[in-house]
Amino acid sequence: MSLPLATSNAYWYLTRSTGAVALLLLTLALVLGVVDVQRWSTPRWPRFLVDSLHRNVALLALAFLLVHVLTAVLDSFTSIPLIDAVVPFVGSYRPFWLGLGAISFDMILAVIATSLLRQHIGFNAWRAIHWLTYACWPIALLHGLGTGSDVKFTWLLAISVLCLLAVIAAVLARALIGWPSNLRVRGAALGGTGAFTLFLVLWMGQGPLSSEWARRSGTPVKLLGHTHAAAAGKAR
Amino acid sequence: MSSHVRVNPIACEAHGMCAELLPERITLDEWGYPVIDDTPLHGSQVAHAIRAARACPTFALLVERERAKSGSGRR
Amino acid sequence: MNATMSAGTDRRPRADTQRAGSALPRVLAGVRDGAHLTLAQHDAVHGPLPAVRGRGRRHAREGAARMIEEIAQSGLRGHGGAAFPVATKMHAVANARGRAIVVANATEGEPASLKDRTLLELLPHLVLDGGVLAAEALGADRLLVCVCDSSASAYEAATHALAERADHNESGVQVELVRTPRHYVAGQESALVNFLNGGPALPTFTPPMVFERGVARRPTLVNNAETLAHMALIARHGAAWFRELGTASQPGSALVTVSGPVVHPGVYEVEHGSSLASLIDACGGASVRLRGALIGGYAGTWIGEQHLRTAALSNDHLAAHGATLGAGVVVLLSERACPVAETARAARWMADQSARQCGPCLNGLYALADTVAELVRGEAGPTAGKRIDRLASLVARRGACGHPDGAVNMILSATEAFAEDFSRHSQHGPCELCSRPAELPLPARPVDRDARRGAEGAR
Repeated sequence: MSLPLATSNAYWYLTRSTGAVALLLLTLALVLGVVDVQRWSTPRWPRFLVDSLHRNVALLALAFLLVHVLTAVLDSFTSIPLIDAVVPFVGSYRPFWLGLGAISFDMILAVIATSLLRQHIGFNAWRAIHWLTYACWPIALLHGLGTGSDVKFTWLLAISVLCLLAVIAAVLARALIGWPSNLRVRGAALGGTGAFTLFLVLWMGQGPLSSEWARRSGTPVKLLGHTHAAAAGKAR
Repeated sequence: MSSHVRVNPIACEAHGMCAELLPERITLDEWGYPVIDDTPLHGSQVAHAIRAARACPTFALLVERERAKSGSGRR
Repeated sequence: MNATMSAGTDRRPRADTQRAGSALPRVLAGVRDGAHLTLAQHDAVHGPLPAVRGRGRRHAREGAARMIEEIAQSGLRGHGGAAFPVATKMHAVANARGRAIVVANATEGEPASLKDRTLLELLPHLVLDGGVLAAEALGADRLLVCVCDSSASAYEAATHALAERADHNESGVQVELVRTPRHYVAGQESALVNFLNGGPALPTFTPPMVFERGVARRPTLVNNAETLAHMALIARHGAAWFRELGTASQPGSALVTVSGPVVHPGVYEVEHGSSLASLIDACGGASVRLRGALIGGYAGTWIGEQHLRTAALSNDHLAAHGATLGAGVVVLLSERACPVAETARAARWMADQSARQCGPCLNGLYALADTVAELVRGEAGPTAGKRIDRLASLVARRGACGHPDGAVNMILSATEAFAEDFSRHSQHGPCELCSRPAELPLPARPVDRDARRGAEGAR
């Protein structure tokens, strides 16, 4: 579609910002989920409040994600068809890293759909799917770091590190309280978290923070060296 | 037609949200499990009861119409 | 079963011939020297199995309705513990949607009861007859006979009986034998159906009741093995014959397992309403002085020595003592046992037998058991009685099944029947009888609850 470049810049800004906000909200939803399942409450923060907040923050995250996906599709600078949002690795723009976003998005859709239809699928089926939340978060983070054009900015790195620390804390709390029942699962959770963090630390320097990243991550050649008019000189 | 609350004690895992949301009919015992007063619900209490039933993480709380033998659970 | 029950116990069933001109034995008719009855012997004693359904669809429907009507007229009640009117259950199954299925419950998780496995060992054909008749009356095509996996001889006898009947199955009802786990709640109706559906032998939340949706989601009639034995006799001799014995509200006879310090403990057939004293006499009398009795099993009721002479074996009479006959269990306690210590043991055992599915039952029964144990040791303090009452009201009717209610009933009845012993313990601590060997028959082995899931019967 032929839209003025200014509008196209708006989509590009929207997709990046809603992506960052979605990451924050997903982090908050995960942390609240752990607080919920651990049954922490005070008289001022009763159980039903933590639970509703968890559900509502998750829905808000979904709302931001929908805008994030739609604006990425509508942005004419990169040609990302709608299908790339749910089918991973078939696109032309940084297919692997974008694909991770599709995978994470699919998982979130499954989690939220099953949660809204809980009474019809039964508790055990609902809970099994809900475990996907622990997988969708790191995948979403990798998507953001791999695809995002703001990765080299301090503000985004700070947000990412903050969210990562929050999730690590939440996973530790979940895995260590009631330790060591289900030793294997809890051990695997801790091991997975440690391995993921280590990977991030080692990878970031040679990956998204390196100068060649846009080309190596699969940005289409015709877009390399071009920037959005409004973002000239900033992103790379 | 009157409604009352009922708990499925097998599904119940003592999360306690029901007692927070419907204190008029539900209190918690010393182990955190709900003690149900099955007096019929009046007016606006029904909406609160339904909200409490929806809040229960394990669907243990039921809002039932009358006290039919073969039971018609409504969540 | 621990040593007190199995070694040296004369398990030959006997008839209570106390009443002049009595028509006992009925269920136990033909049993001699503890030998089981073959199909030929069974037919010789009782006559051939009557046909319920006859020929043609109309005759089949009328025959089935007549059979249920006969059961209704007879006033037969269940012998699994609840004494629920059998015809009412059958009507409920008949009116439910779907093809019915019949379950013969001989799981007998009650440790102090032997009647069901004895019936299967010695009189399997009577039980099978009843099961087949019930199936025909309900248009059911399958009968599942459930035996606890610890009674090998009952299972073998039932297998042998089925083989004997293989060529004589005109009814077309397919009979299957299923082994069930041995823990206490496994024989509860919904637990048994849960197991038969491939789940654990633990109670489920109702509704739906099993008579609406049970095994394979079909309307299911679950009857105790002894109930079916009586049904087989009513089909042959009629409701009026059945009512010649017993009381108006509890007609007929019942099998009772007697354990404790009598000369001949074991399984007896008694007329409903006959006296406990005459039963004790039929057992050869007590070998020591008695302190009291536990009637109805571990979910039953304790009665003190002053009532032993006057108690009669029917639910109407026992109601005056707050008791029911339950599954026909009478455990006598000698004066050499401490009733408080025995109650503590029973309370602990009942807590261990909780299915652990419901918080109030699991927590409450252990709290009660702990309190009674503290009473035994004299550590409970003056508020123990109040604590027991509070816990009892907190536990009752808050489980998915009747298990916690039964345990509470047993404990509360002990505090009433042996009030003096309880108060002495709370003031002075253990008595000289506390250290004596335990009398109540309780299995020593830990419960193996997760042993099996039902593989058969669910389709």
